Amino acid sequence: MPDNHEYIKYHPRWHRTPIPVFWWIQKWVYIKFILRELTSIAVMSFALVLLFHVRALIQGPQAYSDLTELLSTPISLILHSIALISLLYHSITWFSLAPKALTVRIGKWRIPDQLIIGMNMLAWIFISFVIGWLMVTM
Amino acid sequence: MNEQITLEVLRYRPEESSKQIYQSYDVPFKKEWVILDALNYIKDELDGTLSYRWSCRMGVCGSCGMMVNGEPVLSCASFLETFHPGPIRIEPLENFPVVRDLVSEMSDFMEKLERVQPWLIRKDEDPPEGEYLQTPSQLMDYKNYSMCINCMLCYSACPVYGLEPSFLGPAAIALGQRYNLDSRDQGEKIRNAVLSEDDGIWQCTLVGECSAVCPKDVDPAAAIQRLKVSTTVDFFKSFLMPWQNR
Repeated sequence: MPDNHEYIKYHPRWHRTPIPVFWWIQKWVYIKFILRELTSIAVMSFALVLLFHVRALIQGPQAYSDLTELLSTPISLILHSIALISLLYHSITWFSLAPKALTVRIGKWRIPDQLIIGMNMLAWIFISFVIGWLMVTM
Repeated sequence: MNEQITLEVLRYRPEESSKQIYQSYDVPFKKEWVILDALNYIKDELDGTLSYRWSCRMGVCGSCGMMVNGEPVLSCASFLETFHPGPIRIEPLENFPVVRDLVSEMSDFMEKLERVQPWLIRKDEDPPEGEYLQTPSQLMDYKNYSMCINCMLCYSACPVYGLEPSFLGPAAIALGQRYNLDSRDQGEKIRNAVLSEDDGIWQCTLVGECSAVCPKDVDPAAAIQRLKVSTTVDFFKSFLMPWQNR
């Protein structure tokens, strides 16, 4: 509640409990929320790596082989594994939240939440598969 | 001797101290008792100075919300048995100023509720003879949101409201959306102007706890996300189809 009420004589002396800085470690659901927010850093890191790939491609074959060498070091592989797990967690929770934002109706029938989640997941897996297949075959 | 269970109640008596202190009470452990029964026992038999709000004792009035073992619940709907063998921690609702013991100050919500104009807004000047008609399926569009009893558990569970008290909050937004979705209402534009202000829906980071703690299974988190989608669509429409702005 905003602290902007005017002074009133005999106004009750309210007690305000300050919110601690580490409020989010007090409940498991809050920790999960913060973890999910933090997975955005993994999304950003993948985008950055992609940008470095583009830069290396522009600079030529030597720069590109230098980059791939850097990316195949153990530390880079560990970081990429963490980023991949974070991304999977981010994507799965994202698609699970889809029915919160979408109400889809066909005529009078409202598509059940589980079906919306399922269709999103299937589309995600299918598109990932198609991209993977293109990468391997082309 | 009959079995007892301990309630640790966080008390605040401003005339005695500016700090809150826990006070323990032993009450009979009865299977059919809810937390509110135990508090009434304390008030009647042990300590008449304990203050808390309650009215209907059947999950309709929304007065008896409090924190029980750290979770916001209606004390009339939480059985002692769930927390056996105790002790049970009873605290006033989080994120609100405390007036006394378990009594919180809620006028902030009342002001916010009024701001979202939770009533039918009509363009026609005179109401019709009789009533505005509505089909059962039109009723189902908003029924979930109309179940809100203003118990403030969602505000208590919302860390955004705790950190940013100017946030309109889950219940007020859900009740705004309740009228937006009502087929008899024509005030969506007026209401959305308030709902999509800085203190409105965009403050929400979708923690989702508002919906998890709601005793009436209202889904304020969904109301807010759907409003985010619909107001964004309206925003782009106003550019692409300016002739519809009037």
